[in-house]
Formats: sequence, structure tokens, C-alpha cells
Amino acid sequence: MLRIEDLHLSFGGIKALQGISFEARPGEITGVIGPNGAGKTSLFNAISGFYKPDRGRVFFDGQDITGLSPDRRAELGIARTFQNIALFRGMTVLDNIKLGGHTRLKTNVWQALRYFGAAQREELELRRDIEERVINFLEIDHIRKYPITMLPYGLQKRVELGRALAMQPKVLMLDEPVAGMNREETADMARFILDVQEQFGTTILLVEHDMHMVMDICSHIVVLNFGQQIASGTPAEVSGNQDVIEAYLGAAA
Amino acid sequence: MINGNLKASYAADERVLNNTYKQTFVYGMMLALALFAGFANDYMILIACKMGILLIAVVGVNILTGYTGLVSLGHGAFVAIGAYSVTMLENGLTGIVPESLTIFVVLPLAVAITAVVGVFVGLPSLRVKGLYLAVATLAANFIVIFLIEQDAFAPWTGGVVGINTHDANILGWVLDTNREMFVLIAVVAFVSLLAAQNLIRTRVGRAFIAIRDRDYSAEILGISLLRYKLTSFALSAAYCGLAGAMFAYFYSRILPEQFELDLSLELVAALIVGGMGRTMGPVFGVMIIVMMPEVIKVFAAYFTGGDAASARYIAPLQEIAFGLLLVFFLLKEPLGINHITDRILRAANRWPFARG
Ligand SMILES: Nc1ncnc2c1ncn2[C@@H]1O[C@H](COP(=O)(O)OP(=O)(O)O)[C@@H](O)[C@H]1O
Ligand SMILES: [Mg+2]
Repeated sequence: MLRIEDLHLSFGGIKALQGISFEARPGEITGVIGPNGAGKTSLFNAISGFYKPDRGRVFFDGQDITGLSPDRRAELGIARTFQNIALFRGMTVLDNIKLGGHTRLKTNVWQALRYFGAAQREELELRRDIEERVINFLEIDHIRKYPITMLPYGLQKRVELGRALAMQPKVLMLDEPVAGMNREETADMARFILDVQEQFGTTILLVEHDMHMVMDICSHIVVLNFGQQIASGTPAEVSGNQDVIEAYLGAAA
Repeated sequence: MINGNLKASYAADERVLNNTYKQTFVYGMMLALALFAGFANDYMILIACKMGILLIAVVGVNILTGYTGLVSLGHGAFVAIGAYSVTMLENGLTGIVPESLTIFVVLPLAVAITAVVGVFVGLPSLRVKGLYLAVATLAANFIVIFLIEQDAFAPWTGGVVGINTHDANILGWVLDTNREMFVLIAVVAFVSLLAAQNLIRTRVGRAFIAIRDRDYSAEILGISLLRYKLTSFALSAAYCGLAGAMFAYFYSRILPEQFELDLSLELVAALIVGGMGRTMGPVFGVMIIVMMPEVIKVFAAYFTGGDAASARYIAPLQEIAFGLLLVFFLLKEPLGINHITDRILRAANRWPFARG
């Protein structure tokens, strides 16, 4: 579904990614782990099109998307969340999630100015879809009209997941979805991620600092350290790998 | 408002006039405008026409600046392009298209031309923001006025001395009085405002707001910055072009100097005073901006007993007041009058249970 080939990326002297290659298989949850500064977020930014890699390619559904802009990649079906929540803070939960529906809608400027007719039908259909498939699913009915700024951190993370889900993505990339959450919130989020995979068959790419969650829900794990891919495999393989134990677990301990 | 969680019907929830205050206000306004057209005196009609024309333009600036977050100090140029396009097209089509039908050709064409120019003026917004974009649009304003004033184009534009305009002729109804023009301007302004409100609650408007609030988030949702920034420029230019068309039909002569920086600043000032990124912001802003100089004139006449020598203080007084008003709103009420009315409505909504 999503294949990364020999990706290299540097910022001046810093080599953020050095030869990353792996595949996120359809319908599976693939984890990307590594200590802080390992290059996980940089990898996401390269996949979503914000950073241009120095070398290497990104394939989506067999298509080379390395040269596409972020919005074109989103249109193809790649959704993501950000490590430091990137919601529209002035808007309500509902409006944020509606924005997730952008690429699926067709209303043009002319129809939008008139509203009645095509635009109205599409808006009501979007609303119904979001209510059922996102708001009920993520159990955020009670806050749909709240502005983002009024929500606690954990709920904001959930709304950002909701906005990504509204895109009906084929690939969902989550950058540290449980960072800064307490245990209960973490368990909730893990359950939602598994539900997304199960109910919608979405291919998920998960960056996480929290090893336990990754080991629990991922079927395949890629380990980064200082921009290098030091291991990849099943949770069991990775956690038994000597390099990983030294680099990652050693650093964390 | 408060228990907005009832989802009895999404259609009801998605309505624009979703509470009785808004409904009463809008229907009340429509009634008031109709009565106004019939009973207001000539002076009031004149002021109201000025407001209506400016309103159409400010609604356009609101789309660009208020909703998309792109600053322009050059929108006076689009009003000019609308006004001159209408006039030059009317001249060009005389004898070709029947007079009673010309407006149906000329008006859409003038608006379309302005929109296309808007796209070109918007190109810098793909690279720069804020102050740099403001300066780039300002430059566009100078260039447009400069071109209109060129002697080489004077046979068509009239050059620096301006050009006589045509009266609007709608299927044989010649709008040759201010009162008749008021009816047209009021209808056009009302529809403009309604269309802008429609835009904002659908896909296109949401994309604008997303770009304003966080542009990389917008991209990640599949919103093309290129396409939507240029769309926003085109739309806001189109509104200003429409305002310019009304301007040309309203006044008997247009001059290039009427569309210079002063006008561009007035448009932005009205938006700041009224409230950016709010539907009613332009309405409140335009009322204040148009009314203030008139109020000063009346006061000055009252205090000086109307003596002719004092008249020369009026213009500087008006400009000082304009400046002070802007400073006051920027410092004390940056969200504009719309924010004040919000507070009043909220308080009214809660009464008598609590104070808002
Ligand atoms: N935009 C940038 N400019 C310069 N350096 C960057 C930028 N983004 C990331 N880096 C650097 O790249 C390295 C990897 O960072 P990052 O991808 O954020 O790591 P992680 O998400 O794994 O914590 C770090 O050394 C970081 O400082
Ligand atoms: Mg990171």
C-alpha cells in the first residue's frame, strides 16, 4: 500500500533519514519507533510531502508519489495527524471534522455561492456521514459544537483523529497519538486505532514513543535510530534484536 | 445556542438563521429597506447608496482578508476595473446590443474581467504573506490607476479627467434617479451578502478559513493552497468589480483618483471596524465609515453656525476622526463591532438566568 525505498533526507549537516526502506502492508498496522530525534516525524513529513527527500522514493498503491504536493497526496487517500496537534483552534469540533471531508466533496464556487441545490445536498450528506462514521464512532457527540480551545489535550488528539477519518483515507499516519496521555486515555486511543483498522480496513502507520502500545497493536515494526533503520520485523523479532535493545531500550532506560 | 447538541435534524442545525434573533433581524432589515426606499428623503437615499456600494466591495475584501487571511491594500483597483469595464463596455456596445439588454451582457462581463485580473494580482500570495503581500497589492493598485490615466488609453478611459457613465437600463426601466438606483444597489448588496454567507458554510469557504488558520493543516486535508488562494482573490475581486459597476451606474462621471489608495484603505478600515471574518462585519463597518464624516459635518455646522470659513476644517477633522476610529478599534476592539453585538446577543440569550 505504502512503500518507502531508500529514503535519504538531511537538513544542512543533520542527516535526519539515511536509507529508510519498508512497506506498510494493506490493512495492517505498521509501527515506527525510535528515540527522540531518531527521524520519525521527518519520515512522516517526507511521506506527506512537506519535505523533499535528497534521495529515494515513496510509492502509494504502486504509484510513485515522490514528486507530488501534500494536497495531491491527501487527495489520493493519505491522511495524518501531527505530534503537536494541528487542529484549527478557532473552529468547532464539527467544522474541523467537516474539513476532513474536503477532498470527497465536489461543490464548486458557483454552487457554494448559491447553496440551495447541489451544495446543500452535499453538505447534509457530509454531515450525516460525519455524525455516523466519525462522531458516534469516536464518542465525541457531546463536544461537537465546542471550540477546540475548550477541549482537554486528550480529546483534541481524538478530534484530530476524527478529522483524518473524515477523509476516508486508505493510509492513516498517526504521529505519537498517545503522547502526553494518561493510561486510560492511552487505552481508549489504542482501542480506537484497532477499531479503525477492523471496521474500515485502513492501512495504518503509527509513530509512537510508547513501546508497550506499539508492541501490542502493530503487526510490523520499523526501528529508527539517528536517522538509520536499525531493524524491522514482527514485534517479537524486533524486541529480541540486540541493536534495538542497545539503541532504543538502552537509551530509554 | 447553549444546548446545541440536539441533533433532531441536521438540516435544521445547518441553517444559517438558526435562532430567532437572526431571523427577526434579517426579516426586519428587509422590511426596513423596503420602507426606506419609499419614504427616506433624498439625502438619506444618497448616503444609503454610498453604503450599499461600499458594502458590496467590503464583503469581497472580507472573503480575502477576513476568511482567507490574505491582506490587500489594492482592492480599490478592482472597484476601478469594475467601474471602467462597465462604462467602456456600455460605450462599445451602444448600437450593437439593445439598450434595455446591455446591462445583462455588461455586468457579468465586467465582473468576470475583474475576477481574472484578481487572479493575476493574487499570484504573489503564493510566495509572500502579510506586509509583503500588502505592498505587492498596493503596487497593483498604482499600476491600474497609472494605466487608466495614460493618454494613450484616454480615448477609451477618458484619462485623468474621467469619463461619463451610463444609466442602468433594466429591460427598459432606466434607473436615472438615486432612489431607483437605491433599489438596485440594495438588492445587489443583499444578494452579495447572502452569497458570501453561503460560501462560508460550504466546502469552499471552509477551505479559505483553513488556509487562514493553519495552512499546512489545510494542505494535509487536500486543500490546494494555489487553487484556493487564487480563487479567494478572484472572488473578492469579483465583488469589488460588482461594486465598481454599481458605482459607475450610480454616479454620472468616474475619475481615476476615486479609486486610489484612499479607497483601498477605506475598504480595509471598514472591515476592521465592523469585524473581520464575520458575516455582518462589513455591514457594521460600512455604516460607521460612511456615516462618520456626515456626522462630523453636521456637528461642525452646528458649532460654527454654518459659517463658510469653517468649512475648511471639516476635511481634516474627518481624516483625524477616521484615524482615531481605526486606532481605537485596533487597540480596544480588534474583533470589531460584530464582537460587541455578539456580547449583547449572548447576554440577551441568557437573560434572566445570568449576566453575560
Ligand atoms: N525542519 C527541520 N530543520 C532542521 N532540522 C530538523 C527539521 N526537522 C527535523 N530536524 C532534525 O532532524 C532530526 C530528526 O527529528 P524528528 O524527525 O523530529 O525526530 P523524531 O520525530 O523521531 O523525534 C533531529 O535532529 C531534528 O533536529
Ligand atoms: Mg517526532
